[in-house]
Amino acid sequence: MTTETNTPLIRTEKLTHTYSAGTPFERVAVCDIDFEAAKGECIGIIGHTGSGKSTFIQHLNGLLKPTSGRVFFDGRELYETKGYAREVRFKVGLVFQYPEYQLFESSLYDDIAFGPKNMGLKEAEIRDRVHEAAGFALLEEELLSKSPFELSGGQKRRAAIAGVIAMRPEVLILDEPTAGLDPRGRDEIIANILSYKEARGATVIMVTHNMEEIARTVERIVLFEDGAVAMDGTPASVFSRSEELEAMGLTAPVAALVARRLRALGVPLDDGVYTIPQLKSALVALMDTSGGLACPEI
Amino acid sequence: MPRDITLGQYFPGQTVVHRLDPRVKLVLMIVYISALFVAKGLAGYIIMIAVLTSCLALSRLKLRTALRGLRGIVIIIALTAILNIFLTGETVLLKFWVFTITKEGLIAGAAMAGRLIMLIVGSFLLTYTTSPIALTDGLEKLLGPLKKIRAPIHELALMMSIALRFIPTLMEETNKIISAQKARGADFETGGLLKRAKAIIPIVIPLFISAFRRADELAVAMESRCYHGGEGRTRMKPLKTAGRDYAALACGACVLAAVIVLEALKVWPLI
Ligand SMILES: Nc1ncnc2c1ncn2[C@@H]1O[C@H](COP(=O)(O)OP(=O)(O)OP(=O)(O)O)[C@@H](O)[C@H]1O
Ligand SMILES: [Mg+2]
Repeated sequence: MTTETNTPLIRTEKLTHTYSAGTPFERVAVCDIDFEAAKGECIGIIGHTGSGKSTFIQHLNGLLKPTSGRVFFDGRELYETKGYAREVRFKVGLVFQYPEYQLFESSLYDDIAFGPKNMGLKEAEIRDRVHEAAGFALLEEELLSKSPFELSGGQKRRAAIAGVIAMRPEVLILDEPTAGLDPRGRDEIIANILSYKEARGATVIMVTHNMEEIARTVERIVLFEDGAVAMDGTPASVFSRSEELEAMGLTAPVAALVARRLRALGVPLDDGVYTIPQLKSALVALMDTSGGLACPEI
Repeated sequence: MPRDITLGQYFPGQTVVHRLDPRVKLVLMIVYISALFVAKGLAGYIIMIAVLTSCLALSRLKLRTALRGLRGIVIIIALTAILNIFLTGETVLLKFWVFTITKEGLIAGAAMAGRLIMLIVGSFLLTYTTSPIALTDGLEKLLGPLKKIRAPIHELALMMSIALRFIPTLMEETNKIISAQKARGADFETGGLLKRAKAIIPIVIPLFISAFRRADELAVAMESRCYHGGEGRTRMKPLKTAGRDYAALACGACVLAAVIVLEALKVWPLI
């Protein structure tokens, strides 16, 4: 476990990854990334397509080996001792984009049990974990005996996430967990992730293109741009730079954009407004103090 | 990983060889192979080596890349050469145990290895400079006359181009699935044969499912764009021959003729 409270759980140092090095297809996907994540943090990673987000997160559990630079988990370098990278793979659970395409067992139970089985756990422990993970993913008991291919799209996605949660990782990393789902499916997935985080005190790192979702869920945002970290801070600080975001091909959440327009019209709104509830309460507070918005243009 | 497979890989380029009509390249390939098998004397070999090296130079293909394509079949070449060494000839050079090495055997072995290497490098050159789609197009056109006897040429060409089109996709998919299962602790590197064989189940099943899903989606996509077979189908980019294509064909004919004449006259025989 962490020796000092301020030791970051995950740390990267000048992490660089080059795909197909030495061929005509060579491509530097991430370059010189210094990153830290503390225990219990909830981090969102954003950035436009091809900015290196997926490449980056695959280093955190040792699936990809850095071309140069180092990755630490719990203060130890992943490749320092043999076998540590594999050990870390169980502690840092990684859910890929479209994880439902990895389901393969004949029953949902067996599929969720795949990870715990690979950890070499006892039968009883595996059963506990499968049921617990199914609980976090809101999959009813009677589904467990069904084939994973009979489930609906959203259920499949939740099943795949449960397959990783069943390993009880200390860090849960998800690559676009809600891509391609309807709003209700998206909300369910986010709720599943947060309930796991609450129950286990886990660190969550989430890659997403959905700004509204990230505004509601995370407490820190890391923005990737062309394989490097361009911004790193609270959602309020990142979303207050909405012009810069737009220059990078991203948009701030609607509430932040509305607040920006209102500020431009002279409404004294705070910089840190980026969710609808925040905007609402800020506006209500303004109405209460000034007895109406003193802004003729609106 | 699979990305490193060079045999049969296409590298886009703008050289003369790249721009030749795929039909012409296919015909020239057949001419080249025939000439390679006709050539038996030293003169024939010199011509073939000259032809191959000038084609390599024209296509700006690095010799190192071309030779990398040989990696997979080094064993076959070596085996053929060795068999030839032991099985032919009478001028004994060396004799030990049950083996006799003869001068003719050595020459035949070397010649056979050289022929195989030139064959592979030549076909590598074809796939290096011609996109798979162009290649199947060319093949369909060349075999077109066979449609008269109801051979399903269009269907075969379509199958081939679809297969070629999906190889990289399926490879990418395989890599993704491997990563995803590794993230759940799957272990493909250790254990006995049975354990390793079992370890590929979590890869193969999702891969099959996605291949069927893709096939299904592709069929729907094609039907919804009114695909109804090759009958009356026109092309967006019809194949057109240019001056360079005729020049290349003429060169090919000259090389083949020269090799045949030299062999008939038995100029500089090897054995
Ligand atoms: N297996 C690979 N081989 C070669 N290049 C790759 C590979 N995977 C990714 N790349 C390249 O690396 C760069 C970063 O890709 P990455 O998948 O990390 O981006 P991303 O930020 O996750 O994008 P997206 O939002 O579309 O998922 C891209 O330019 C991509 O083309
Ligand atoms: Mg990605």
